[in-house]
Amino acid sequence: MGAGRLYVAVAAGGFRRYATYRAATVAGVFTNTAFGLILVYTYTALWNERPHLGGYDLPQAITYVWIGQSLFKTLANGGGGVETELMERIRTGDVAVDLYRPADLQLWWLATDLGRSAFELLGRGVPPFVLGALLFDMALPTDATTWLAFLFSVFLAALVSFGLRYLVALTAFWLMDGSGTIQIAWLTGWFCSGMVLPLNVFPGTLGEVVRALPWSSLLQAPADVFLGQADALSTWAFQAMWAVVLLAAGRMVQAAATRRVVVQGG
Amino acid sequence: MAELTGTDDIGGAGLSGTDTRGAGASRAWDGVRAYFLIAGMWIRSTMAYRASFALMTFTNFAATALDFVAILLMFSRVHTLGGWSLQQVAFLYGVSSTTFGLADMVIGSMERLGRRVRDGTLDTLLVRPVPVLAQMAADQFALRRLGRTSQGALVLTYAVLHLDIAWTPAKVLLMPVMLLSGCAIFCAVFIAGAAFQFAAQDAAEVQNAFTYGGTTLLQYPPTVFATELLRGVTFVLPLAFVNWVPASYVLGLPYPLGLPEWAAFTPPLVAAASVALAGLAWRAGLRSYRSTGS
Repeated sequence: MGAGRLYVAVAAGGFRRYATYRAATVAGVFTNTAFGLILVYTYTALWNERPHLGGYDLPQAITYVWIGQSLFKTLANGGGGVETELMERIRTGDVAVDLYRPADLQLWWLATDLGRSAFELLGRGVPPFVLGALLFDMALPTDATTWLAFLFSVFLAALVSFGLRYLVALTAFWLMDGSGTIQIAWLTGWFCSGMVLPLNVFPGTLGEVVRALPWSSLLQAPADVFLGQADALSTWAFQAMWAVVLLAAGRMVQAAATRRVVVQGG
Repeated sequence: MAELTGTDDIGGAGLSGTDTRGAGASRAWDGVRAYFLIAGMWIRSTMAYRASFALMTFTNFAATALDFVAILLMFSRVHTLGGWSLQQVAFLYGVSSTTFGLADMVIGSMERLGRRVRDGTLDTLLVRPVPVLAQMAADQFALRRLGRTSQGALVLTYAVLHLDIAWTPAKVLLMPVMLLSGCAIFCAVFIAGAAFQFAAQDAAEVQNAFTYGGTTLLQYPPTVFATELLRGVTFVLPLAFVNWVPASYVLGLPYPLGLPEWAAFTPPLVAAASVALAGLAWRAGLRSYRSTGS
């Protein structure tokens, strides 16, 4: 079996595993829709007060809300990806099993996480977005190229997101109990990705800083491609740059971690 | 499973037909006592790792503070939101976070019910001579959740100090009443949510839309939301009585849905009714529980 086919199989496993819990998926869609509604009304008040805030008009701002709700679980901006499981495996020592599999640790988990992302995008991402589009006036692109450019941007975002969370998970090699790091990482992800407020709206220097950080690849970047606010190629380049940097950093930390791994127990 | 389902009276604080009123009251008292014993045990257990506790409490504080930072960021671009000023929104935010934080600490562990049903550990609680509700509520009692409450209280203090409120005895009295009733209303939401999880075990996340979604909703002025949504959270799930209605009275602002002025003083009644209904739902849920397996 070729290496490529192995990782495709792992990704398919990740997809199927999350697809198993149908009731949980429906519940998640309900919750995402509820939060989306709250944000839509808040943004409507905000944009009525200051039209063209952050360069968006109201339909664009509303579209931004639903893109955010759709990508929240897909990219695990607020946590909930494979990192929790990986950390638990590091803590319990099960990671030793992963390490002597004839597969690369990082690619193995990347494949699992991409499979998960693909399911979350279809199962939990599409329904709230469709509901939003039915209920509200949204700025939907009319040409297929923009949709495809958006999807590719989401794929790059998934790589960046995994890169970030893999680094977080690896801290467990040194800290054992990663619940503190994971909480901080989730919070940063949730705030700096623009889940609460589009990063375009952040004022002054704070805005410039958050827009340069990797988290802006997660929601702001795909949303701007979708809304025609940013050039697709330069957005992809920004996301790809962060993906490469983070995945390379993950590789280095992994090398350091596996050198010092001491499997606990007898 | 006959033995297990037969014990469900334990969860109902002695409401079954043969019980006298006195026995019921003493069972309720037993429940409260057990709650404090279990919660105390969890506090002692967390205090074994003091540094970790301090870190978690701080994270809890910081996490909820970011919610308020988002509001501050909005107000860096606008002066009013739905006609409410920053201080007025801070007042809403403070009440919403304080009451929700308290409820989450007191009874928030109930949201783990679905998991307990799935892995079968609920059965352990059923055979103990202590009301299941008390056991579930005190399970993994987390003092660190004071982080959210204290953050909410700080914002509320800021709002009260910076708002020019024409204080009257009624308004002063309404403040503690609002906080306690709000906490009770959120507790009712948690209990009802747990009862719902008996029916829909995997769908536990629906509850988040009402708990976390509820407190988020109440952080913003009622004027920004659509009338149908306001009706829903006033007459169906009475979240509006946590802060929107009483806060409108204290701040002298128009009431949502044009409710009459005395509505500001109804939160204790609304809270009592909500808790009673949630209690009935919990009883129904617990009675319908049939455990897993053969």
